[in-house]
Amino acid sequence: MEGILSFLIFFLIFTSFYSLSSLGLNLQWGFTGLFNVGIVGFFAIGAYTSAIITGPAYPDTLIGGLDLWFPLGFIGAMITAGIAAFIIGFVTLRLREDFLAISTFGIAVSIQLVTLNFEALTRGPNGMYSLPRPLSGFFESRTLDNLLYLILCVAIIVVVYWAFERMVRSPWGRVLRSIREDEVAAAALGKNVFAMRLQSFVVGSSVMGLAGALYANFQGFISPADFLPIFTFQVFVMLIVGGSGNNLGALLGGLVVWGIWSGSDQLIASVLPPTIQTQAAAARIVFIGLVLALMLLYRPSGILRERRIVSSEARLP
Amino acid sequence: MIQFVADGIVNAALIALGAIGLSMTYNILRFANFAQGEILTTGAYMTLFLVTVMGAGIGSMGPIAFGWPLLISIAFAIGATSLVVLAVDWLLFRQLRDKTASRITLIMAAFGVSLMGRNLTTLIAGGEPYYYDFYIPKSVEIFTGVKVRPDDLAILAIAVIAFVILFAFVNRTSMGRQMRAVAENPTLARINGIDVRAVIRWTWIIGASLATVAGALLGHNTQLRPEMGFDMLLPMFAALILGGATNLYGTILGAVVIGLTEALAVAVGLSGYRAAVTFMVMISFLVVRPHGLLGEKE
Repeated sequence: MEGILSFLIFFLIFTSFYSLSSLGLNLQWGFTGLFNVGIVGFFAIGAYTSAIITGPAYPDTLIGGLDLWFPLGFIGAMITAGIAAFIIGFVTLRLREDFLAISTFGIAVSIQLVTLNFEALTRGPNGMYSLPRPLSGFFESRTLDNLLYLILCVAIIVVVYWAFERMVRSPWGRVLRSIREDEVAAAALGKNVFAMRLQSFVVGSSVMGLAGALYANFQGFISPADFLPIFTFQVFVMLIVGGSGNNLGALLGGLVVWGIWSGSDQLIASVLPPTIQTQAAAARIVFIGLVLALMLLYRPSGILRERRIVSSEARLP
Repeated sequence: MIQFVADGIVNAALIALGAIGLSMTYNILRFANFAQGEILTTGAYMTLFLVTVMGAGIGSMGPIAFGWPLLISIAFAIGATSLVVLAVDWLLFRQLRDKTASRITLIMAAFGVSLMGRNLTTLIAGGEPYYYDFYIPKSVEIFTGVKVRPDDLAILAIAVIAFVILFAFVNRTSMGRQMRAVAENPTLARINGIDVRAVIRWTWIIGASLATVAGALLGHNTQLRPEMGFDMLLPMFAALILGGATNLYGTILGAVVIGLTEALAVAVGLSGYRAAVTFMVMISFLVVRPHGLLGEKE
């Protein structure tokens, strides 16, 4: 029983990293129609920022290992991911929508190279170790320790969810959707399309950064191998499956897809001989790709459709 | 110092060969094809398959370490890769077009295809690297201090021939004219009786053909890996944007700039940051000149 519970808590903690990223993506893609191909880049920026702020003093890095209180790490992660998004967005959001996709792809590739090669900051392939886990050490039992971290994750998700729901129901959120539906019409009504998009992009990316920070401080160790392009793909599939344009759908998609993903992980590891496990892992990605393609073709709205949102002030006949 | 130009220009030729397909799907199908890298990979592995089936090695021509067997394999691989690409279009992109999906949906689908392609390659061929043939490149000094490999010159020559054929096709044939018409204005082209479906087929075929050549030559120069094409994606996109996106000549010019930039980055000891340097150049261009070197201002 203890084993199952402990596994479930562990599973849900990981789900929350994905669900939070998916929530961030929903603001960008679901509500504003911005295609971010560099989710893993912003996630990694957040993870490394928090590692630098909260990690112990490493003998071989220039800065970093500041050993500060963890909320500072989380806030720092949101700020740096937001700054990166601001730069990319400021340059590309005025241009054709493809350019944002290409540039976010580029930043993810570049961030990976920086984590790999800029050893004075990131310790390169050796990774950053001994990151402190918030709220740890109150209990003897590892399970209870994890449970406390899960509560922290859920609390953060609830806050972000609540904030996003408020935002997308506000006039601000309506403008975002109007831009998604018809940019020219929104501009004609005097809305600053560029500024709105930039705000949505920066806020969404900083939430991805926050998810990265939660991941880093839970794992206690991060290295470039933790931040692969597959992450971007997973988060996208989560949002499409869950239902883009629906914040609850974003969270649900994270749960469903991560459930399938980690479940098949267990299955592959326990059933198949090690010789073909690489192939099996590849086959699984192909399968998830097929799920995405079929969703795009036959149910683009996802499990939970986007709700029609009207202002609470509006008086409908 | 000239050495980096010699190194960069071969890289540029490979980027350009790959980026032409990117440019054509961008202008005619109107989306950024994130699966373009996997077309290169498919072409390279198809060539490997044919080289293996023919069993004649890759031949040689004088100082050049490849010959007719490799070229014939590439020719057949062009056909095979085009079929694969047309099948993917038929199964996925055509249906999305029929549903008048947004451009971003097409990009996302391409992103998915890219990932599936990489993993299918791993599934079928395995993750470990392959070589067409074992070869030790011998450099020849052409000027004092500038060494080039005969194979690089051959690759450059093949790229030039491919571009001559491409531009003859685009500028001189009826299909080429129709393609330009669709790129200009799809609705007007259709009203004028242009078979847009045929244009789309040819768009994929040309892009896939040049990408196969790029993939095979890249594979010969380095090695075959499932990620080989994916790693070329950012330089190819950068070439597209630098060139001005709407202009094929611009794409080639952009590829030259990116090829040289990457070689320069390696020459000054930034080899670990090659793609990041490419990205910086691309972003700087988007700031200073978003319509690219030869593109038209919107």
